[in-house]
Amino acid sequence: MEIKVLQDILSANDRIAKRNRDLLDDKGVFALNLMASPGAGKTSLLLETIKRLKNKVNIAVIEADIASSLDADRISKEGVTTLQINTGGDCHVDANMLNNALESMSLQGTDLLILENVGNLVCPAEFTLGVDRNAMISSIPEGDDKPYKYPLMFSVANAVLVNKIDLLPYVEFDFHNFSRGVSVVNPKAELMQISCKTGEGIDEWVSWLLAEMKK
Amino acid sequence: MHELAITQNVLDIALEQAEKHDASKVTRINLVVGEMSGVVDECVQFYFEFLSKDTIASDATLSFERIPITAHCYDCDTTFPLAEFNWVCPNCQGSNIEVVAGRELYIDSMEME
Repeated sequence: MEIKVLQDILSANDRIAKRNRDLLDDKGVFALNLMASPGAGKTSLLLETIKRLKNKVNIAVIEADIASSLDADRISKEGVTTLQINTGGDCHVDANMLNNALESMSLQGTDLLILENVGNLVCPAEFTLGVDRNAMISSIPEGDDKPYKYPLMFSVANAVLVNKIDLLPYVEFDFHNFSRGVSVVNPKAELMQISCKTGEGIDEWVSWLLAEMKK
Repeated sequence: MHELAITQNVLDIALEQAEKHDASKVTRINLVVGEMSGVVDECVQFYFEFLSKDTIASDATLSFERIPITAHCYDCDTTFPLAEFNWVCPNCQGSNIEVVAGRELYIDSMEME
């Protein structure tokens, strides 16, 4: 016999994402999922963000890596609560991994929770987590064709940050081509140019984040 | 790499449906996969053979219907598949376009005995 199923393959993940959403709402926490390829500047952006915000909002960080605690060590030096999760080979964080992390943290008094996802432009985009906003970084040396090659990632990002703009004198990068690709897959995405090295654009990013937290 | 998680979910849903319908064997699972999802069919097939061993779905055929990344032009109201490197409307050459399909990832139907 043939039966109609019409069920999303990741519906089990989506159900847990809904639980995460409820848990975050319950504790009054705004959660940001930060995604990018390895080396685009996720940890550097986190450090810059924490520096500018730690006296204004109470921040907690979840660092997800396939292995090691190098990133968590860098972040915890800034004096914010940091939880390292190792995905043990998985290329992304799914709703269940985030749920386990959330359950193990007190989150008491936390205003802003930032998840640094596993460095990858494909898999993390597929898994709904139940967070408030998704942000992604694409860096100048990666090239201006990334929205065309990894459209799903760009389609789920509320903010797209182009990092390492201090390298523009040395690297070919066509902003027009890049932003056109982003607008086709995600016309609502907020596009920002930043440099974690010089600090350019970081204040704009932080203002955007604070404004989203108030919404 | 995310195919492992995706395949596990496909198998879980298939076995759940089979139990609900008192089936003794799952013979076919029809999947719909958008091109934007980055799912590699061969990879799902490989994991499925491994994961479904010793289940009533071990002999099931997986069928993949691929949905191309499709865009709509707001200037001339044309809907068209996106070419890999030229993201403009093929009708009016405009760039006021937006992706409208290609993110699908679901089980459409199943066959069981």
